[in-house]
Amino acid sequence: MIRPPLHHRLVVNTGKRLYNSALHRAYSSHPPSARLNVPIDYATTPILHHTSKSALSNPELLTEVRNGTASRQNLFQAVNSALSHALSSDPSVLLFGEDVAFGGVFRCSMNLSSEFGSDRVFNTPLSEQGIVGFAIGAAMEGAKAIAEVQFADYVYPAFDQLVNEAAKVRFRAGANEEQTCGGLVVRMPTGGVGHGALYHSQSPESLFTHIPGLRVILPRSPAQAKGLLLAAIACPDPCIFLEPKILYRAAVEQVPTEPYTLPISTAEVLKQGTDITIISYGAPLYTCSAAIEKAEKDFGCSVELIDLRTIYPWDRQAVMGSVNKTGRAIVVHESMVNAGVGAEVAATIQEGCFLKLEAPVQRVAGWTTHMGLIYERFNIPDVARVYDAIRVALNY
Amino acid sequence: MDFVVPQNIPPIATYRVMNSQGLIEDESHAPKEVMHEQILEWYKNMLFVNILDAIMSDAQRQGRLSFYMVSTGEEGITVGSAAALEPDDIITCQYRETGVFKQRGFELPDFMSQLVHNKNDPGKGRNMPVHYSGRANTGVHAVASTLGTQIPHAVGAAYAMKVADLEAGKPVSRVAVAYFGDGAASEGDFHGALNVAATRDCPVIFICRNNGFAISTPTSEQYRGDGIASRGLGYGIESLRVDGTDIFAVYEATREARRKALENGGRPILLEMMSYRISHHSTSDDSLAYRTQDEVEPWKTRDNPIARLRLWLQNNDLWNDELEKSTRAQIRADVLREMKSAEKELKPPLSSIWDDVYAVYSGEQLSQRAEMKRMMMKYPDEYDIDEYEGGIEAL
Repeated sequence: MIRPPLHHRLVVNTGKRLYNSALHRAYSSHPPSARLNVPIDYATTPILHHTSKSALSNPELLTEVRNGTASRQNLFQAVNSALSHALSSDPSVLLFGEDVAFGGVFRCSMNLSSEFGSDRVFNTPLSEQGIVGFAIGAAMEGAKAIAEVQFADYVYPAFDQLVNEAAKVRFRAGANEEQTCGGLVVRMPTGGVGHGALYHSQSPESLFTHIPGLRVILPRSPAQAKGLLLAAIACPDPCIFLEPKILYRAAVEQVPTEPYTLPISTAEVLKQGTDITIISYGAPLYTCSAAIEKAEKDFGCSVELIDLRTIYPWDRQAVMGSVNKTGRAIVVHESMVNAGVGAEVAATIQEGCFLKLEAPVQRVAGWTTHMGLIYERFNIPDVARVYDAIRVALNY
Repeated sequence: MDFVVPQNIPPIATYRVMNSQGLIEDESHAPKEVMHEQILEWYKNMLFVNILDAIMSDAQRQGRLSFYMVSTGEEGITVGSAAALEPDDIITCQYRETGVFKQRGFELPDFMSQLVHNKNDPGKGRNMPVHYSGRANTGVHAVASTLGTQIPHAVGAAYAMKVADLEAGKPVSRVAVAYFGDGAASEGDFHGALNVAATRDCPVIFICRNNGFAISTPTSEQYRGDGIASRGLGYGIESLRVDGTDIFAVYEATREARRKALENGGRPILLEMMSYRISHHSTSDDSLAYRTQDEVEPWKTRDNPIARLRLWLQNNDLWNDELEKSTRAQIRADVLREMKSAEKELKPPLSSIWDDVYAVYSGEQLSQRAEMKRMMMKYPDEYDIDEYEGGIEAL
């Protein structure tokens, strides 16, 4: 069983920070006088649905889902729910990868092998290229093949299969229309977790956005993950589904009980605003939300927050529409700033919104380096950096 | 402490049915259930591949084709093994399996439209010549240049078909087959594929065309073990080495591999078919840069799949010089005629630049298409697009 980082357990279980104990654990403490760079309070963040009423009022849900119930789930439970719905409703769904059978190292596949049988939910040998190649072949013959790569850090042996094969199957088959691997979904835990260092913290999503043919999806929360994963499974294009591992246990919210899909390649405005647009995805959205709360109080501004949700093909219209309205933009992501998703978004904004811009588009992202273990909190964008970027844009 | 010493283990024997004189050495292995009409069809298909190869290779030298790959010496492997499969079996291949396409139903217009990239090419002119897209009429996945990537695809395909059959309460009755060369078998995907196939009991046949070369690299520099057949043992997979220039051995071995692959719900089988790559690697290669003509020549007559089957047919009064001459002439005329007519056709529409990347266009792609149209309308003299079906209107 994976033990979650201590500060997350404290916040989830007690709803308040146990200040003195945190001081003894240098890897997860914060500076005593900090006002901005304090741990995210997942129990109160506006990003999550803390009531079933809130969860069920999402206009993107169908009526019958909104008229149903919701229950409290964390991210791995919501992923598990989605996988369970998929397996039970479609016999062609297969779920496999390293250690998937016993429940997976992050518990996303708990009980699925015993419930749906080892023909459909199973362990594979330790070979990402074998796993993904196998998944592509299965998807090409009609299966909904959900392959799990244990950590996004280990996806690279499968990179050839993803960019040279999966992304090109439909294109090279051309008129042989039934030849696609649309049933392919490759799931992988992504991002920093506090102690993952070089090989358990990577966020390689931008690498998959450069080769067209794949859809790259990164949910911010349990309810989003359930809907987006079910949509990815149903999507006629092969999808890469990155799950922010730090949220597996930390993010807990009310999730609609019925199965539902959320639109792919559609961004979501989490908060309306008039002075500046922040575009982000995944775990940094919580950081952005915290920064926005402080910035709006301190600067008297109004910030619009957009979750891309699908990193590629991404909702260019929504982002450009927002920036044309506000005139200022910041892109925030965990992975390195160089050639990251922020570069693509910023370039598009300056092409489409140039005359409306009041300030340069800023990117608040990981530094151009690797995720050294003891430097993670300096590397990943923190509340202070986002707060300061808002200030810079407003004062430009 | 008994180390297993590979050098002390005798090499795996090569299965052969017919000798170089076209005589069946062991009648118990003669292809009894195959009709003479079928064997004649195999022969004609091999001739077709051989002649198509020669003409298209010349066409490349004349500038009528950008690229071509010849499979001289390996026609027996591709035609013979494909003949042993069933229509619903799924195939993934490398790029030197023209015989598989022919045996599985690809006709001249199908070949030619891809080779000259006209509007009838299902692949819409996107892939290099010989990278056929023919899934609908042959069950073969579209060909890609990447080596070895197709091997785990066959494993996944086999597994999906097996689970679909089990879910429907039917017996597992289809296999998937992956063709690949001796060089591709060094790729990581080969190892990942065999391991997954064995651990998941997939009804898949791995057919390695060991033709002695990976471009200029001879097998002595490709591996140290006993070829590719020996690797099956390491994965727990039953394996057989076959004389790839003996079409009867190829057929019988594939037939038996298929039977075994479907036993007890499925398992993988590995076949290594030995032959010699008489051709250059491709039209971009001149193999005399790394081997001598003296080395190549004998393979054109001795242990040549076409020559051997011809002897057998003649020994059995099913063929003669007259038929050889007229059949070759007919195939040649057909190929030349089809090439001329295919070359006259327009190329696919320019919208094919963006189609099929996703199931539906992304907003970005639509903007780009509009942008290209804008450029072409603004600078009409700079773009030559009449040869693309629909011209600028297709954008």
